[in-house]
Amino acid sequence: MHPSTADIAGVFRAEHGRAVAVLARVFGDLDIAEDAVQEAFAAAVEKWPDAGLPPSPAGWIIMTARNRAIDRLRREASREDKHAQAALLHAQDEPLEEGVVRDDRLRLIFTCCHPALALNVRVALTLRLLGGLTTAEIARAFLVPEATMAQRLVRAKAKIRTAGIPYRVPYEADLPERVRGVLAVVYLIFNEGYAASSGDELIRSELCLEAIRLGRLLVSLMPDEPEAVGLLALMLLQESRRPARVGPDGSLIPLPQQDRSLWDRGLVSEGQDLVRRCLRRGAPGPYQLQAAINAVHSDATSASDTAWDQIVQLYDHLLALTPTPIVALNRAVAVAELDGPLAALALIDDLDLGNYYLFHAIRADLLTRLHRLPEAVAAYDTAITLTTNTTEKAFLTHQRAQVTNP
Amino acid sequence: MKKYLLSIYQPDGPPPEPAVLEPIMKNLTSLADELRAAGAWVMDAGLHPPESATVLRAAGDELLVTDGPFTEGKEHLGGFMIIQAEDLDEALDWARRLARILEPLSIEIRPVV
Repeated sequence: MHPSTADIAGVFRAEHGRAVAVLARVFGDLDIAEDAVQEAFAAAVEKWPDAGLPPSPAGWIIMTARNRAIDRLRREASREDKHAQAALLHAQDEPLEEGVVRDDRLRLIFTCCHPALALNVRVALTLRLLGGLTTAEIARAFLVPEATMAQRLVRAKAKIRTAGIPYRVPYEADLPERVRGVLAVVYLIFNEGYAASSGDELIRSELCLEAIRLGRLLVSLMPDEPEAVGLLALMLLQESRRPARVGPDGSLIPLPQQDRSLWDRGLVSEGQDLVRRCLRRGAPGPYQLQAAINAVHSDATSASDTAWDQIVQLYDHLLALTPTPIVALNRAVAVAELDGPLAALALIDDLDLGNYYLFHAIRADLLTRLHRLPEAVAAYDTAITLTTNTTEKAFLTHQRAQVTNP
Repeated sequence: MKKYLLSIYQPDGPPPEPAVLEPIMKNLTSLADELRAAGAWVMDAGLHPPESATVLRAAGDELLVTDGPFTEGKEHLGGFMIIQAEDLDEALDWARRLARILEPLSIEIRPVV
């Protein structure tokens, strides 16, 4: 088989994290690792179209990268660079075993998501080093100039080196908190792709898929971590609705009005299996609960057929674990289905969410259902003013028009 | 081993009441003892208030001398500690304990070249 450039790009995406992780351990330096892996892929683009894919593309990349790095270090070692000499000695007798590689990738994840790095830097590093996204792709996804993103990545790697951020899986005592931080980075990447905001449509849906890929990687590396499974389930269930979330004219379709036959049943059943698997562990965290809520939605053939009592119960748990006004707001939406809009309205009136457009949008909907139309219109107006997203704005404007002119 | 500077930033003004300060100083002393016992202590020092500072700057033939600290502000460097650790995580463990003792002061941690 003679691979095309696109095939090689696929291998690049899939194997970048593994290769950088191995090289980072061997040479103890992220920059050396990343440069060497880049060179190896450049060599692959030259060789593979004629020679065909090697039996183990990942092994080929890692070996080639290692040899390139050794060559480079040898040149530098001749200039009496002690660091290079030390790395060189270490590098030449390194065997490659899958167990070690597994740990290498975990080490790389925890390094990229170290709390001493700013959140946006963690996201960028994770996408770059583990996901193999190009600097240009990450910049486009986060709507910053490429030069800014390149700078950010350079500074991050410099901080890892100079501040001595360890390339290591954290010690037991720090692990739960650090895992939460890692999961937050992956979910942030997913949401960046999921929230229908402006920007390049293509790369944004790719971000969802990238986050799911990272989620799968986390689950395979940390099979005993129920929250990692919960996060993957949550992302799969949300992703399953993508085809139904936007109408042919590009307008937003909220969950109750979605054509459920468009939901990706494969993703739904995979997500639901994972929810069952992690809840069996008996340690339900916020991601597992949110996944469970989504699983209940996925079970229902229509909005009215939804087991709202289960959803409210799950929200009770979630609110106890993470007592934020946003969770309280979402819980109230479920309460409205169970106990009516008046009960829900009473729950949200005191929430400190005056600047959040969804708060006003949800209030407007509840007020409409209570036939308090002038108040509903006023709430829609506030929501419309607060939305920055054009698709959301169009949706809310349409809703408002329905109230004044049904 | 790497060395790290732990800078303690505190609000300007009079120091807290002795009743507040004493237990803090006691905890600081025992943290320093533990650092010494672990071989992580390099040095520590408290500083007099920022009003006692003088800033010098050479500009051509002139040497400018100004009264007061380098930066304007309501908070200033009040003291520092230099420790050595294997990596940032190890240093952060010590810094975290310092921050707990000195709550709510900010501790900046920076690697020493």
